[in-house]
Amino acid sequence: MGESPRSPAPGAVVLALEDVGKSFGAVAALRGAQLELRAGEAHALVGENGAGKSTLVKVLAGVHGPDTGRVLLDGQPVHLDGPAAARAAGIAVIYQEPTLFPDLSVAENIFMGRQPLGSGRRIDRRELHARCAALFERLGVRLDPERPARGLSIADQQMVEIAKALSFDARVLVMDEPTAALSGVEVERLFTVARALRDGGAAVLFISHRFEEVFDLCDRITVMRDGQWVATEDAADLTVDQVVRLMVGRDVSSLFPKQDVEPGEVVLSVRGLTRRGVFSDVSFDVRAGEIVALAGLVGAGRSEVVRAVFGVDPYDEGSVEVAGRALRPGRPAAAMAAGIALVPEDRRQQGLVMELSVERNATLTRRWQLAKGGLLSSRAERATAAEWSRKLQVKAGRLADPVSTLSGGNQQKVVLAKWLSTEPRVLIVDEPTRGIDVGTKAEVHRLLSQLAADGLAVVMVSSELPEVLGMADRVLVMHEGRLVDDIPRARADEGSVMLAATGQGRTTAVAP
Amino acid sequence: MAVDTPPATPAGQAGAQRPPAASRLRLLGSGDAVITFVLVLFLLVAALSVEGFASARNTGFLLLDVVVIVLIALPLTLVIVTGEIDLSVASTVGLSSAVMGQLWFAGLPLETVIPLCLLLGAVLGAVNGFFVTRLGLPSLAVTIGTLALYRGLAFVVLGDRAVADFPRSWTTWAISTIGGTGIPVVVVPLLVLVLVTAVVLHATPVGRSLYAMGNSEDAARFSGIDVGRTKFWLFVVTGVVSALGGVYWTLRYGSARADNAQGLELQVIAAILLGGVSIFGGRGGLLGVLAGALLLGSVRNALQLENVPADVLNIVTGGLLVVAVVAPQVAGWVRSRTRPRPAGPPNAPPARPAPDTRPSTDPAVQVPADQRGNR
Repeated sequence: MGESPRSPAPGAVVLALEDVGKSFGAVAALRGAQLELRAGEAHALVGENGAGKSTLVKVLAGVHGPDTGRVLLDGQPVHLDGPAAARAAGIAVIYQEPTLFPDLSVAENIFMGRQPLGSGRRIDRRELHARCAALFERLGVRLDPERPARGLSIADQQMVEIAKALSFDARVLVMDEPTAALSGVEVERLFTVARALRDGGAAVLFISHRFEEVFDLCDRITVMRDGQWVATEDAADLTVDQVVRLMVGRDVSSLFPKQDVEPGEVVLSVRGLTRRGVFSDVSFDVRAGEIVALAGLVGAGRSEVVRAVFGVDPYDEGSVEVAGRALRPGRPAAAMAAGIALVPEDRRQQGLVMELSVERNATLTRRWQLAKGGLLSSRAERATAAEWSRKLQVKAGRLADPVSTLSGGNQQKVVLAKWLSTEPRVLIVDEPTRGIDVGTKAEVHRLLSQLAADGLAVVMVSSELPEVLGMADRVLVMHEGRLVDDIPRARADEGSVMLAATGQGRTTAVAP
Repeated sequence: MAVDTPPATPAGQAGAQRPPAASRLRLLGSGDAVITFVLVLFLLVAALSVEGFASARNTGFLLLDVVVIVLIALPLTLVIVTGEIDLSVASTVGLSSAVMGQLWFAGLPLETVIPLCLLLGAVLGAVNGFFVTRLGLPSLAVTIGTLALYRGLAFVVLGDRAVADFPRSWTTWAISTIGGTGIPVVVVPLLVLVLVTAVVLHATPVGRSLYAMGNSEDAARFSGIDVGRTKFWLFVVTGVVSALGGVYWTLRYGSARADNAQGLELQVIAAILLGGVSIFGGRGGLLGVLAGALLLGSVRNALQLENVPADVLNIVTGGLLVVAVVAPQVAGWVRSRTRPRPAGPPNAPPARPAPDTRPSTDPAVQVPADQRGNR
């Protein structure tokens, strides 16, 4: 990603939030929040999880009405008392995962409720598709207006949402962590579109945890902490370190504190693992004390491989060995008994039972070990859960509360507790820091490094290149279901990993 | 393994200070307590206003009527907690009753007939389990099918005949009471089964996994729980227990008929849902189910004493079923209206005195990490 051209001159202020407060019960999500969006600027909003970014977006989207303060549109106070009002005011919000009607066509999704009508009030399909094609042309996106929305990639779904915003003549485009699930190429395309909109005079508000993207795209940066405005500065005047310090209110000395460890015996050995149509002939070894990253574009098959290793997914050929003992395929319980732990990609669907309490979640993997004579006591569960939430510094109100009441970072710690308490020999973490705040992220990285130093074999699937490069002793790169490269720490940099991930690097199969 | 252990965090303290009894109190504050309270209230009102309701004789009849409902509700509660359902239980009762009659008619001793009936129940349950867990079909559709199929087979086996010449020693035992109390003898083994099921559901690793898979099948699988196998065996157990219900039903009425227990599944499910078990899985307890079954049985019994016709009884059962499904929704709605939201959005910051708006760049005045509230 190169240096982006800055917009020539900052325009007039389109939208401003003045001293906005919003409370839920006794909890103040926003206190004195401020924001100022100018025409023709890309503006970043950053802050840790829980800083109030999402609440602020919902105020802009008309979902929440502010308790105090004002929303000004072109200098005039407005009441955004519903999503429709926000849309009428020219504010469009693109969420991380758009919700389209899957069985309707792309064009129908964009013009839902406003379809152009022909004679006899019938929908004029030709006009509908023509208008949709015109929108896509403005965006420079190749999409068939007539295809159903089902099966579109998340990136394409976002494009559909942006086209919809365009069709409303939106002047303010809010993008709430749009890049979290996108690959590098898709991010570039999104940014090209966002820049074009900005240059066309729209104000773009961009929310992201990824600093390189923030600095790549945005002209100004607003930092929030604990529901409050902290600072708004020109991006050119800030460094990543400064932004992080503003966000957390302290120095994060090192985000990626991987210690050097002399690797020990091979603990996990994967040979010729194949699942037809998903991945093929994947072989690698992981030694004790080693952190091996599995890098690649979204959809390269990384998560699928680790799921097969853990036994949640089946595989057709190949073998998985833990410390020389072959593992029965397709049986997570067998993998656990052999000492494998998997912290899955999707915390809310796969990692935790959101409705159950913190303690039940933390002890779910250990329920048989905690039972005495086949009986489980709540006391044993609570003691174990308390011990592990202390070790991992989980910030929870009560252990008996549903885990869904915790913040994302603390939820992830519960998932880690749940797996570390099984005392694994191989820890597989799939996107361990996705969507969690900078502070917790550093804690997770420190923890993984420490675990490796204690002799754990760690496999880390990650889409964040800085994380991969900072943490991994070796980087295994996947491309379209195949392992295409094995890059040692010394040789691993953005260039080598991205080349391999896009299929441009060494194409010979990797022999471990 | 050595993970750094900083001073106790709020979670650790909360865990240590909170007495274990508190969670039990919280449990009683849930649906279990409400339905038990309603049951006690109804029993008091009925005892005072319905003539003959509180007599030992009527108590016996009431309990005899709910025995089979409670019995089948035990495994079916576990099935519903996992998020599945088995509508074929009453048809399994009918089919096992019909087979029992036919085998007895053919001259086999009851000591042989009864195990065969239980085996049949296991097979019928395994058929449900196979379709649901191996072929991945929705249990609602599968067991509606087997509801009709098993009942149909019952008529194939026995037609519209009735076999009624079972040995007296067995049939009188089925309705005999403990001394002069009016309490049927079968209540004793039933209570043992209730206790066993309650322990399995609430105090074993298996019970924990049932709640986990009922709330999130994915998360359960990723925790190493074999969801398919667990559900398969639950269907088998439900089949066996339903067949046992069929055997008891036959002895209690002294008559094996293909239409025995027709429509009973409605009462069993009504009792379970009335007891606070969520039809969507993952929620509820066995104490509530027991209270739900007794409440349903008592209401029907009291109405019968008041000479209310049978059609109206079905209306009452159906009405209670709807109430059971709707009540939790209404309660949740009322709670959300009368009380401020407990936590706000999951990532909302805590309320506390406003700190400085701008961070100091002077390291000396930076707020330590562990005093910055939770995120």
